[in-house]
Amino acid sequence: MFHYRKTIAAATLTSALIATSCTAYGASPTAGKILLGSAISLTGKYATAGHHAKTGYDFAIAKINAAGGVKIGDKTYMFEVKYYDDESTPARGGQLAERLINQDGVQYMLGPYSSGLTRAIAPVTEKYKIPMVEAEGASRSLFNKGYKYLFAVLSTSEQYLASAVALAARVAKENGKAPADVKVALAFENDPFSLDVRAGVMDDIKKHGLTVVIDDKLPRNLTDMTPTMTKIKALKPDLLVVSGHSKGAGTATRQIAEMKLSIPMVAMTHCESADLVGKYGPTADGYLCATQWAETLTYKDPIFGSASEFNTEIKKTVPAYAKKSVPYQLAQAAAAVYVFKDAFERSGSLDKDKLRDALATTDLTTFYGKVKFSDAGNNIAKPMVLRQIQGGKYNVVAPVDFASHELEWPRK
Amino acid sequence: MLDNILTNIDILIGAPALALDMVVNGLLIGAVFALIAYGLALVWGVMNVKNLAQGDFVILGAYVAWSLFNWGIHPFFGIPVAFGVLWLLGGGLYLFDFENKLASNMSTGRRVLFFAGFCLIGGLLGMTIVDNGNYSVLASVPDTFFIGILIAVFFVFLVFGGIYGFVIRKVIERDLFTSLLATFGVAIVMQQSMNLIFGSDEQTVSLGMESISMLNNNVTIQPTRLVAFLCAIVLAIAVVMFMKRSRMGQAIRATSQNARAARIMGIDTEKVYAFTFSLNAAICGAAGALVAVIWEFQPFIGLIFSIRSFVVVTAAGLGNLPGVIAAGLGMGVLEQTGAFVIGTQYQQAIVVGMLVIVLLIKLVIASRKRQVIDT
Repeated sequence: MFHYRKTIAAATLTSALIATSCTAYGASPTAGKILLGSAISLTGKYATAGHHAKTGYDFAIAKINAAGGVKIGDKTYMFEVKYYDDESTPARGGQLAERLINQDGVQYMLGPYSSGLTRAIAPVTEKYKIPMVEAEGASRSLFNKGYKYLFAVLSTSEQYLASAVALAARVAKENGKAPADVKVALAFENDPFSLDVRAGVMDDIKKHGLTVVIDDKLPRNLTDMTPTMTKIKALKPDLLVVSGHSKGAGTATRQIAEMKLSIPMVAMTHCESADLVGKYGPTADGYLCATQWAETLTYKDPIFGSASEFNTEIKKTVPAYAKKSVPYQLAQAAAAVYVFKDAFERSGSLDKDKLRDALATTDLTTFYGKVKFSDAGNNIAKPMVLRQIQGGKYNVVAPVDFASHELEWPRK
Repeated sequence: MLDNILTNIDILIGAPALALDMVVNGLLIGAVFALIAYGLALVWGVMNVKNLAQGDFVILGAYVAWSLFNWGIHPFFGIPVAFGVLWLLGGGLYLFDFENKLASNMSTGRRVLFFAGFCLIGGLLGMTIVDNGNYSVLASVPDTFFIGILIAVFFVFLVFGGIYGFVIRKVIERDLFTSLLATFGVAIVMQQSMNLIFGSDEQTVSLGMESISMLNNNVTIQPTRLVAFLCAIVLAIAVVMFMKRSRMGQAIRATSQNARAARIMGIDTEKVYAFTFSLNAAICGAAGALVAVIWEFQPFIGLIFSIRSFVVVTAAGLGNLPGVIAAGLGMGVLEQTGAFVIGTQYQQAIVVGMLVIVLLIKLVIASRKRQVIDT
């Protein structure tokens, strides 16, 4: 029921903003429409994250339309979007992409949620040469297939926790310890995303010369990490790196506290979506969390303002986020729509091939970060950010250029 | 992989206390597995229904406990009151007694609903009384925990009255595939409903209780697991006593031995089936509340509890309660130690592998026995 409420809230918000935009800009008879399409997970196991993404899309479309829409030549266009629920299943996602393109006449696509769904839809958009800007598929396997029409605004998954390794090496040096003496424990779920994260971490471990003492793979249906934690009891590593979506983050946090382990540095993905602070309070203090975006970053753009303004406005307009932190999944979805607007205006046409070329040459600063695509379509201009939970707050500690707070080490 | 195993064994030799830690924790969680498996053995043995939705029942119980925890219900619940509520529950059970003239005109479905409603009201009344009395015995254990368990039991009982009436009643004593397919369908509907109602996020009931550590922190025991273990044991004993002593328990056992003969003896097997199914649901509800305080859960995690209980029941055999408890505890220990030595990602594989071995041994024993009779 909660989700329905959220959806309704988002829909109300959108229609309200669209209504304002119409009155403000006089619903000029010359305003055309640009129809975007997206298959998104509204039910099934990705439903929560799917709703984040959809809220981001809706919010961005309403904002852009309210700010005058998309100007191509001397004509103004308003964004519209057609959604289908892919039920969190890749096969359904593929079918719906066909349907959007063939039956609904969608010429420009917004991405679905998760790498798996993006992997199912990308071949379809590629086949029909439909440009797709996606915001929620980070697996690097999406960007080695030679896709020409796929563009992603987020950082790829092997970058998620690599900076944690560099941070551990730096801390070791500051404390007069050789990096080779830094013992690392790895616990990664056996799924494409987490293994990507692991690959990035392993590269950096090799680069900085750290020693791996535990290298555990976790099952997909994981509920229990005690075997890994027991090894940590025995081997006392200096750094623990965990990636297993929100269930991995939650389970690890819970069991570290339950088994009274003291690990000087712990880094993981999905802290926010696992709601570590809300669920476990002070026991999660000192954890390092990888994030695509943080509201404290200093980027800004003319539509959404600064990252913190975006954050405040979401909290104000969407009641579901009033009391919890705005997830980065929402921010990057909004950024994807903005990238479309920018490319349309630069291409000066509605032609999808010209649009594709304009997308490829995107060089844009958004509230979410810089966007610039490699030939493979992934965003190479935006670094991942590492935040530490300090007194129940997420504070940016790495990379140094963006850090708002000092790293607290060792964690208590 | 062999290298990994050797290193892991090396760690254990270096710190044998860790092995003790794993065994103790394995036993504690094994009690929860045993409880769930016992419920499964009950419906399987009595009704010949292989309930593939067993794990989902458990997760529903977990959500009930979690919801209550979030609503912040925290009147105290002590042992005397638990006793009082159990007494009320016993009163409710009486409605089901097939010799009770007062209730004998009602249809089975109505009785299930009536009974569940009765339990719910009784439970709420009991809690209100205690809340006003502010009675405190186990101050260290948050009260919500016990209340969570009780209400989970009642709620799940209520829902399953409905499921029983619409689905299960039609597949009792049918062949294997009918019941597997029907309960598989129930499992899917339940997963998606829970996903719609509660969302797909992982949830947990975190009581924030400090662990007890011993032997230089090499052995750590979570009080929640300890409480869960004790609850599981108490529940198991209560169920066994019920099956042995009460008339309904006798009727259930009679029906499971031979349903037709039981009918001839005047036992209303329809009622027995409905009751058995509801009893299993109540057991799952309680187990779910325990799951909620031990692990993180989400709507789709039920399957692994279904698998575990199927393995336990298959290994132990139907109608063999000591066997089910031993197998459940054994599985807890095996999961912990096996995953440590071979690797966490093989945790489920170890369990299923063990089942294969047990079945093979059983097969060998059975074939020997047959030969003896032949000659």
